Amino acid sequence: MIPHAKMLNSQCSILTAFVQKEFYHIFRDIRTVLVIIGIPVFQILIIGFAISTNVKDVKVAVFDPSNDEATNRIINRLNASEYFNVALRLNTISDAEREFKKGKTGLIVIFGENFGENLYHTGDAAVQLLVDASDPNHGQTVASYATGVISDYQRELLRETDIPVRINSEVRMLYNPEMRSAYNFVPGLMGLVFMLICAMMTSVAIVREKETGTMEVLLASPVKPVYIVISKLVPYFIISWFIFILILLLSVFVLDVPVTGSLLWLNVFTLLFIVVGLSLGLLISTIVKTQVAAILASGMGLIMPVMILSGYVFPIESMPPVLQWISGLVPARWFNEGAKKLIIEGAPVRSVLKEMSILLGMAVLILTVSLRNIKARLE
Amino acid sequence: MIIVNCQLISKNFGRVVALKNISLDIEKGEIFGLIGPDGAGKTTLFRILTSLILADSGHATVDGLDVVKDFRELRKRIGYMPGRFSLYQDLSVEENLNFYATVFNTTVEENYHLISDIYRQIEPFKQRRAGKLSGGMKQKLALSCALIHKPTVLFLDEPTTGVDPVSRKEFWEMLKKLKKEGITIVVSTPYMDEARLCDHIALIQHGQILSIASPEKITASFPEKLYQAYSENNYLLLLELRKNPGVKSAFMSGEFLHIVFKDGNVDGNIPNLTEIEPTIEDCFIYLMNRIADGAEILPGSAYN
Repeated sequence: MIPHAKMLNSQCSILTAFVQKEFYHIFRDIRTVLVIIGIPVFQILIIGFAISTNVKDVKVAVFDPSNDEATNRIINRLNASEYFNVALRLNTISDAEREFKKGKTGLIVIFGENFGENLYHTGDAAVQLLVDASDPNHGQTVASYATGVISDYQRELLRETDIPVRINSEVRMLYNPEMRSAYNFVPGLMGLVFMLICAMMTSVAIVREKETGTMEVLLASPVKPVYIVISKLVPYFIISWFIFILILLLSVFVLDVPVTGSLLWLNVFTLLFIVVGLSLGLLISTIVKTQVAAILASGMGLIMPVMILSGYVFPIESMPPVLQWISGLVPARWFNEGAKKLIIEGAPVRSVLKEMSILLGMAVLILTVSLRNIKARLE
Repeated sequence: MIIVNCQLISKNFGRVVALKNISLDIEKGEIFGLIGPDGAGKTTLFRILTSLILADSGHATVDGLDVVKDFRELRKRIGYMPGRFSLYQDLSVEENLNFYATVFNTTVEENYHLISDIYRQIEPFKQRRAGKLSGGMKQKLALSCALIHKPTVLFLDEPTTGVDPVSRKEFWEMLKKLKKEGITIVVSTPYMDEARLCDHIALIQHGQILSIASPEKITASFPEKLYQAYSENNYLLLLELRKNPGVKSAFMSGEFLHIVFKDGNVDGNIPNLTEIEPTIEDCFIYLMNRIADGAEILPGSAYN
C-alpha cells in the first residue's frame, strides 16, 4: 500500500511540475498569450460591430403596375416614415435584381396587377417585399418595418370602410434565405479557436521540445513518455475551457446571443470537442519533427478545413455532395452543428446525440492512434 | 569493476555508417573520454548508451542494465547532458533545477551537497532566465540538472564545446570532484588537449575506435621520433617539408610544425628543429594516417 501510494504521489508531483512549467512557457511568451486571448476576443468584437440594427432612410424601389389610389397611398406612407426613402420606380419587374446588385437599394416593393381594384372588390390584394438580407439583422428589421407600414394602412382602411380588406404581404429575403444571423458565427468561431489552441498550439509546444533538445533529456529521465505528452495537454485543456467561457460571456453580453440551452450539456459537448482537438495536436506532434512542420500540418490539415468545410463560412447544405461528404470528416463541422442547436436553438441534449457520438468516436480513435505513436526513444 | 560495456555496437543512418563494431569497457569511478572530431559518432554512441536510440547490432550494458531491455530502470540511474544546451531557456535557473529534480523524483535539497560546488557559482543568478546565461554558466546549470538525482554514470556529450577556456578548465575541475564522489563520468570532446584529463580515452573517427588506453600509454607508445619546427612563414615551410622525400608526415599544430621523418633520420635543413614528446593530437593524426594508408583497425591496445 505505502510504496504504491508513494508512487502515486510522485506521479502527481511530476504532473504538477510539468503543468506549471507549461504555464510558464505559455504566459512568458507574449505572442502565445496574444493568440490565445486576442483571437477570440477580437473576432467576437468584429462580429459584434458587424451587426447593425440601425435602420434609417433605406432606399426603396417600387414596381407598381396598378398605379392606383391604394398603391400610391402605401408608397406615400412608406416615404413619409423616417425609415424609408422611395427613390425609384421600376418599369419592369426584371429591373429589381439589377437594382439590388447596384447595392444601394435595401427594399423593393412589388404590387400586384389591379391592386386597388382587387382590394376594394375582393377584399384581397397582394404585395411582395424583396429585402436585401445580406446583413440578416438589418434585413429583418427592414422587412418588419415595411410590413408594419402596410398593416397600418390596412387597419386604416378597415376603419374607413366596412369591407373586410386584407393585404397579403409576402416577404422574400434575398441573398441570405436562411437568415443566418451574426450569432450563428459564434459556434463556428469556437470551432476555429479550439482547433487553433488545442491542435496547433499543442502540437507546436510538444514539437518545440523535440526541436530544442529538451525532449532528449526528458526521454532519458524516468518519466514515461506518455506522461510527458499528456502533461503537456493538460494546460491547453484548461486554457481552452477558460476561452470557451470567455467566448460565451462575450457572446451573451456583447452580441446579445440568447444562450437558452443547458449550460451543463453545452460544457460537456464543448469539452468533448476540445479533447478531439488535443488528440489531433498530439497526433501531429508524433508525426512531424519541426515546429514549422507542425504549424503547416495543423494550419493546412486542420484550420483550413475548419474555415472552409465546417459550415463556419460556407453553409454545408449548399456544397456539392462530395464536399459535404468530406466535411463529415472535419470534427468542427459536427461541433458547429451541435453547438448551434445547443446555444442558439436551445435544443435539448438528445437532439445532439448524433454529433456527440461522432465526436466521441473521433476522440477515441485519434487518441488511440496517437498514444500508440508515442515513442520511448528518439527515433 | 566494469560499469559500461559495449560489444560490437554498429549503427547506420540510411547509407551513412555512424558506428562500426564499437567495443569498449569503462571502469567504475573513472573519467572516460571519447575523443574525436565532429561527425566521428560520439553522439550516436552516447544516445545508444542512454537508451535514446537502438543500435543495429551488438549490445551494451550500463551499470549492469541492458540498454534495450532494461531501459526504464536504466533511465533512473544515469545522468545525461546532451551536446546542445537542452534546458528551458524561458525558465529561470532555479525553475529549471527544481523541474529536473521533480522529474527525477527527488528534491534539490536531497542531493544539494552533490551540486553545491557548481550551483553556488550560478546561484546569484537563480532568478535569471536560463536563455540569458553565459555559455559557461549554461554548462554549469545543465551539469547541475544532470546531477540532481545522483546518477551512477554521468554521460556528458561535448560539455565544453563553445565554452571559454577559463570555464573549460573550471568544468574539468568539477568533473574531478564528482569522480571523488564515486560517479563514473563518460565525456566526449573534440578538444585533444582535454584528453590528458581523462583516466582512459577512446580515440574515435568515422565511427570506428582507433585506440583505447590511458592517455599516457597512448602518447608513450607513439612509435616514431617526433620533431617540431617553426619559421617566419610556417605555411611555406610546410609546403617545403611535404615536398621533401625524407619526410614521412608534417602538419601544423598551433604555432609549430610537427614532423616525422622516414626511418627516423633528420633530413634537410629545417629551421628551429627540436625533438618533442608526442601529444594526443599527434597520436590521433598518426593513427588516422595509418588507416588512410590502409592499415587494419584492431582496437584493444594503444598501437597494434
